Amino acid sequence: MNYIWFGLFMSGMLVAALTGRIHTVTEGVLTGAKDGVLISFGLISIIAFWLGIMKIAEEAGVVQLLAKWLRPLAKWLYPSVPSDHPAMGSLIANMSANILGLGNAATPLGLKAMQELQSLNGDSTAASDAMCTLLAMNTASLTLIPATMIGLRMEFHSKAPGDIIGSTILATFIATGAAIILDRFYRHTEKIRCRRRKRG
Amino acid sequence: MSMITDVSAFALPATIAAILIVGILRKVSLYDAFTEGAKEGFTTSVNLIPHLVAMMVAVSVFRSSGALQLFIHAIAPLLHFIHFPAELVPLALLRPISGSGSLALVTDLFKHVGPDSFLGRVASTMQGSTDTTLYVLTVYYGSVGIRNPRYSVKVGLLSDLVSVFASLWAASMMFGK
Repeated sequence: MNYIWFGLFMSGMLVAALTGRIHTVTEGVLTGAKDGVLISFGLISIIAFWLGIMKIAEEAGVVQLLAKWLRPLAKWLYPSVPSDHPAMGSLIANMSANILGLGNAATPLGLKAMQELQSLNGDSTAASDAMCTLLAMNTASLTLIPATMIGLRMEFHSKAPGDIIGSTILATFIATGAAIILDRFYRHTEKIRCRRRKRG
Repeated sequence: MSMITDVSAFALPATIAAILIVGILRKVSLYDAFTEGAKEGFTTSVNLIPHLVAMMVAVSVFRSSGALQLFIHAIAPLLHFIHFPAELVPLALLRPISGSGSLALVTDLFKHVGPDSFLGRVASTMQGSTDTTLYVLTVYYGSVGIRNPRYSVKVGLLSDLVSVFASLWAASMMFGK
């Protein structure tokens, strides 16, 4: 993070100095800072509204409702976790919260799942198979409503701020599918490599 | 394609309606729950300010100095073969590393080409369809002291790559170039 920030700044300053337009750096700093504040403030409207709706969803137990439907999928995704183990419950809850776009709720549930998986993992410092799958699911992050993006598009006076929901759902499904396949693929190749090493 | 356009139009109202109906059936005090959540939304947005200011300043200097244009010109010939818009490369590179950084890049892009341009829509899809891989890996593995993530980093970054091309494809399908 430090290097990226430094890199963006320094390459900008270098180019500005070399092209004799060092004044653009000052302009860039001032407009950038102003935009940062204005955009964050502008996003308050949609984020406040969305988290309000999500709070209702949370209290209504929508996560648990969705969890019921997701159980078969979770059993298939995490074959190494016993289906009556508490880890399974947290894994499913984390998946439901992600799908609903409850980012604030998904992370604590995911961390709880990690703890329970770690107890199954014998407190090793190497990730277990199930952990890798959980991480693959969470980095790809299946989302149905990209609320922040809709808000940002609104701020720039988009004619149809929500028209990217469809393309986002399509892309998120493809990426999550790919994450599941890649996770299985690398687990498989790792096992083959291990077996070879033992033999060789 | 009209089906996906319909999904876009109906997804938000349908989700809100479904949540309100389940809420009232389960006797949730809707109004109180909403305002409580909205209050959290306020703090979330305010907490975003320092991050977004930091990243917007850096991105803005990077663009106004001409460094961004230079970068885009330098890589454009390489990407010509795969028909990938060079303007989106900075976003694709930063998306797995920093959520606020990529949000700043999307904002910058909206400012210059508009949210309803093709690039604006692809960028929206890229930003919305995935999470910040390295952040998630750090938080999740860090929380239980895992030091060997095995193939997780590879899987996370490769699926981000898939997400970049899937976003480009999905947006081209829906909106045309």
